[in-house]
Amino acid sequence: MYRYDEFDHAFVNARVAEFSDQVARRLSGELTEDEFKPLRLMNGVYLQLHAYMLRIAIPYGTLSPRQLRKLAHIARTYDKGYGHFTTRQNLQFHWPKLTDVPKILEELAEVEMHCIQTSGNCIRNVTADHFAGAAADEVADPRPYAEILRQWSSLHPEFSYLPRKFKIAVTGAERDRAAIEVHDIGLHLKKNDKGELGFAVYVGGGLGRTPMVAKKIRDFLPEADLLSYATAILRVYNLGGRRDNKYKARIKILVHETGTEELTAQVEKEFAALKESELKLPEADIRAIGTYFAPPRLKARPEGDATISKAVKANAGFADWLNRNATTHGNPDYACVTISLKGIGEVPGDASDAQMDAIADIAEQYGNDEIRVSHEQNLILPHVARADLPAVHAALVEIGLATANAGLITDIIACPGLDYCALANARSIPVAQEISQRFASQARQEEIGDLQIKISGCINACGHHHVGHIGILGVEKKGAELYQITLGGSAREGSTIGEIIGRGFGPDEITNAIETIVETYLANRENKEESFLDAYRRLGQAPFKEALYGQEAKAA
Amino acid sequence: MKVVAKIVAANRLTDGETVWLGAGDRWVETIGGAEVARDAEAEERLLATGNAALAANLVVDVTLVDIEIADGRVLPTRLRERIRAGGPSIHPDLGKQSRHGAPHAI
Repeated sequence: MYRYDEFDHAFVNARVAEFSDQVARRLSGELTEDEFKPLRLMNGVYLQLHAYMLRIAIPYGTLSPRQLRKLAHIARTYDKGYGHFTTRQNLQFHWPKLTDVPKILEELAEVEMHCIQTSGNCIRNVTADHFAGAAADEVADPRPYAEILRQWSSLHPEFSYLPRKFKIAVTGAERDRAAIEVHDIGLHLKKNDKGELGFAVYVGGGLGRTPMVAKKIRDFLPEADLLSYATAILRVYNLGGRRDNKYKARIKILVHETGTEELTAQVEKEFAALKESELKLPEADIRAIGTYFAPPRLKARPEGDATISKAVKANAGFADWLNRNATTHGNPDYACVTISLKGIGEVPGDASDAQMDAIADIAEQYGNDEIRVSHEQNLILPHVARADLPAVHAALVEIGLATANAGLITDIIACPGLDYCALANARSIPVAQEISQRFASQARQEEIGDLQIKISGCINACGHHHVGHIGILGVEKKGAELYQITLGGSAREGSTIGEIIGRGFGPDEITNAIETIVETYLANRENKEESFLDAYRRLGQAPFKEALYGQEAKAA
Repeated sequence: MKVVAKIVAANRLTDGETVWLGAGDRWVETIGGAEVARDAEAEERLLATGNAALAANLVVDVTLVDIEIADGRVLPTRLRERIRAGGPSIHPDLGKQSRHGAPHAI
């Protein structure tokens, strides 16, 4: 993984000192709340319903055991013993005292972590495929480029006061696991006919109140041009993006209002002027960053198949878990393991301090010292020998994290919602918990197959509801919670925005409605191989509307 | 009899704890101790006191909250404020609801 150099250490320490001083000045009254608020936001400190919230950047979702132990320590020492992994591959603490934040930042800096640019109208934490550097279907590891973008965008003087926040995601495989088409910039790392590395560039995707799928504006951008091209896009956005209306300020609106062709022309014009500038990435620099992400030296472990075969016969729970939570690795002796943070009835994305410590231990013992955070709010051990999978499973059972549901209906994304968030209109987590309990049966989940439910407690869509196969959006109507359902969304390659199926459902109706939708799918699918999403795309809304609203749907 | 009225809520500057303006212009940690404004004049006075505390760097995010009083209990009209008064509905063991004398979120 990337290791801080002297510059990085000095930079982060200087920022800790600066913000500690700002906190001290706020507490003494030297700074007013109006003066302090933008400063605290630039350092990841929000104010929520019950307390402050601290959002910690986990660049491209990559963590070392030492860093995860530090997060566990902070949870235990300064918070309430748990943390919440988010759809941005970050971690949030929901109860820190403002007076403790400087100490927390000092502790984070000890393990090369910080909260810079986890809020504010700047380039946010760059996200990536959680199987980066490990997946069998990968062309190349996208993280060196994510790291280059991180370094370039950190406190970038020109891009620290953009019209609105700006999110970049990178993937290195055809199968998009990083939702790049719903980011401000999505980068698909690939090779051209000559075998050279470069990117397909997508611009103007995003969720929130105006969901849009990004437009591809370049099919192949040579890797050396990454920063020049990103700068060109940001310049066009910084100049043309709307500052008169917060809700129309994201680049997706600029792309939409300008038109893809015209916007592309503007970007290309800017790029032409920058192409041969100091932003051009020297080959040696790209490779130097790449060495930080060199794959671990994985020992040959050919005994995997025999060990697994024995374990599958002995333990049905292991067999289920292997089937769902182990993904093909580039090395046939190894697998990528998904640690589900979606235990039945649990809070999606939450992990206790003890669980974090235990996962750090497992990563050291069996996982080549690497942990990832997925945007689906799970943790990943990217390099586990298949021969060690039974032992890893047993260790996860010990800490209650061996739920065999990756990609199944109970692997639900949910934002914190009205249980914590000051922006939310309705609760998300209790809805996720009830659906999870309703579909707890492993056999039933397997029968349903791949199905992503994503829940947001407000239109800002932190729970990615627009791209859920089934999306749930909580709203407030006449003082009560109401849940709107969208169907047919997807964040994979060829992303689609879900369509609203009809009137919303109350908190006591929503789980039944989801069950009705699932039963309608099961009754109408062509065969077991036809997934929910495929079936919905073939069938359209009609059978689901009919099942949900019956006569009411016909009358309408 | 239901009484519709208002109280003033805020978060304490130092730790973010939700607090309400109580009797004697003191900030209290449980909603039951909030001073209730039943007319515009009282609202104005409470809000002015709240804003003075904001200016004095004691609290942040000072807001008037709609409530009902039923059976002698202060109950915010909006779910958001009820959750704020209790704590996360998913964690009865956390937040104010885990302490003596505070209501549960839901």
